[in-house]
Amino acid sequence: MAEDSKRSGRRGFLRDGLWGAVVAGIGGLGGFLLRKNSKDDTVWQIDPYTCIACGNCATHCVLEDSAVKCVHAYAVCGYCRICFGFFGPEPANIDTGAENQLCPTGAISRTFIEDPYYEYSIDEELCNGCGKCVKGCNAFGNGSLFLQVRHDRCVNCNECSIAVACPTGAFRRVSAKEPYIVKSVRHA
Amino acid sequence: MRRFLIFMYFSTFLSVGAGAVLGAERFPPPEFVETHHQIPSPTLPGPRVDVYEYLDVVVLAAALCLSSYLVLKRRSRKWILGLMLFSLGYFGFWRQGCVCPIGAIQNVTLSLFDSDYAIPLTALLFFLLPLLFTLFFGRTFCAAVCPLGAMQDLVALKPMKVARWLESGLRLLAWVYLGSAVLFAATGSAFVICRYDPFVAFFRFSGSVNMIVVGLCLLGVGVFIGRPYCRFLCPYGLILRQISRISKWRVTITPDECIKCRLCEDSCPYGAIREPSGQWDREYYVKSKKRLGILICLVPVLVFLGGLGGWLLRGVTSEVNSRVRLADRIYMEETGQVEDTIDASDAFRSTGVKAEVLYEESAGIVDSFGRGGWFVGGFLGLVVGLKLIGLSVKRGRSDYEAERASCVACGRCFEYCPREQVRLKNLREAVGKA
Repeated sequence: MAEDSKRSGRRGFLRDGLWGAVVAGIGGLGGFLLRKNSKDDTVWQIDPYTCIACGNCATHCVLEDSAVKCVHAYAVCGYCRICFGFFGPEPANIDTGAENQLCPTGAISRTFIEDPYYEYSIDEELCNGCGKCVKGCNAFGNGSLFLQVRHDRCVNCNECSIAVACPTGAFRRVSAKEPYIVKSVRHA
Repeated sequence: MRRFLIFMYFSTFLSVGAGAVLGAERFPPPEFVETHHQIPSPTLPGPRVDVYEYLDVVVLAAALCLSSYLVLKRRSRKWILGLMLFSLGYFGFWRQGCVCPIGAIQNVTLSLFDSDYAIPLTALLFFLLPLLFTLFFGRTFCAAVCPLGAMQDLVALKPMKVARWLESGLRLLAWVYLGSAVLFAATGSAFVICRYDPFVAFFRFSGSVNMIVVGLCLLGVGVFIGRPYCRFLCPYGLILRQISRISKWRVTITPDECIKCRLCEDSCPYGAIREPSGQWDREYYVKSKKRLGILICLVPVLVFLGGLGGWLLRGVTSEVNSRVRLADRIYMEETGQVEDTIDASDAFRSTGVKAEVLYEESAGIVDSFGRGGWFVGGFLGLVVGLKLIGLSVKRGRSDYEAERASCVACGRCFEYCPREQVRLKNLREAVGKA
């Protein structure tokens, strides 16, 4: 270990001066950015009103199992018997047989509530965030199914790979205090 | 089946009709008169708790302290290796390589240029702490804290020497990388350092095929050329290099005095050891003085040319920005250069914003790329000029030394030094005396 500031003469003096300047610079930068940093932290989220359910969320996330999942705003749902988020385009039967379902992983299940209403819910463990159901629901239904970043899964990357791949700019940073954009009846 | 199709037609018409009036609420949510079913609400799990982020900062600070102690006081390669493995495990595989100081360059830049962006405290501390430690102790961050460095350090098995001029030239890649990262971050276009991180895919056990291939190539090259990413690409390493030049303390090969035995000469896999300079002969001195004069005059020319180049390239560099790309696409569609539309242009049209507004915004962004191009290009020109000067000046040196900027403090050279062996009492005092 050698202490070089002991070095005398012009070079040592220059070096000490430069050293002090860099310390001041680092301190100044830190202080300036800290003072500016009165705002909330941010997290990634999808604006469901701009999202076109292109399917990039399922494939571009750095996680093996995408952090984006389908979320159901039950309050917006019409509880339809024939749900276009649930059934494929031309189902052979209107029942819960796997061949009739739109979801590639069978993540959506439905329960009968009362005639003619069914409640649809999503098994997040199975959902891969492909957005097929979202497309169907937006096209023919109320649009109560929509994609959201699930923050218990998201690792909050500095540059989100999905955001880079998002064709519509729906994938953006929002305040960590309101980390979800849930569809509501007013907007739907 | 027919009933279903009829329903489908019906609902399609309904959707077109109702869509215009009611938004998308085609089927009013039901009221459950019979069962009084309560409509549930979706679960919304909260983001990761801040505590963990602060824990990362504490671990970083502790690792930096320990690394500095191990490099400068303890002088033990084994312990440095141990800490390196810990950092690879914690910052690499456990925290999956994010937050890291290399990427934090971009957050700091964006935060300086964008008044709406606030840098997370963790990212700021990750950026500043290694700088401060380097200012005192040299590149001890690179030595045993950076998981990317650790990964490459572990595979440096058969290192070859790289000529000084070649190394200096290749390092220009890192300057270009740093310059473009700053340019793209300042214009809010992209975080390229994160996008092209070669090793993060290994930490996460998943990633794009391209980056995995690049990472594997770097590791493969790293077997023969020590730490290729650190030496030729890492933008944060560049900043640390400059700061390390003026650090208070630094790595020395010998614990006390250099006996010029040349045993350490080939011990450094990263080409950081410099031999003592011989006597300068008079002819060489006159020649190099003249050359230095020419090079100094060349610097302003290089700065101007670099800046001009950066400005001229604004059309290319600004394509990284998604708004500029969108504007170009819309322009091509509007003028009939392309037939079809893409998702992005459809989405833009559905917002109802006029194309002219987008063109104007895009032109503004391209302008800022032009201005940034002057700065970044000019700066790169300056770097080239200073590199040429640096290569043509000879430093007077009396001992074998670890060059301050290039030394990543890995600690390999220590045990080659007989004086170190004396210190460790493996050799008798008399042997180590010159």
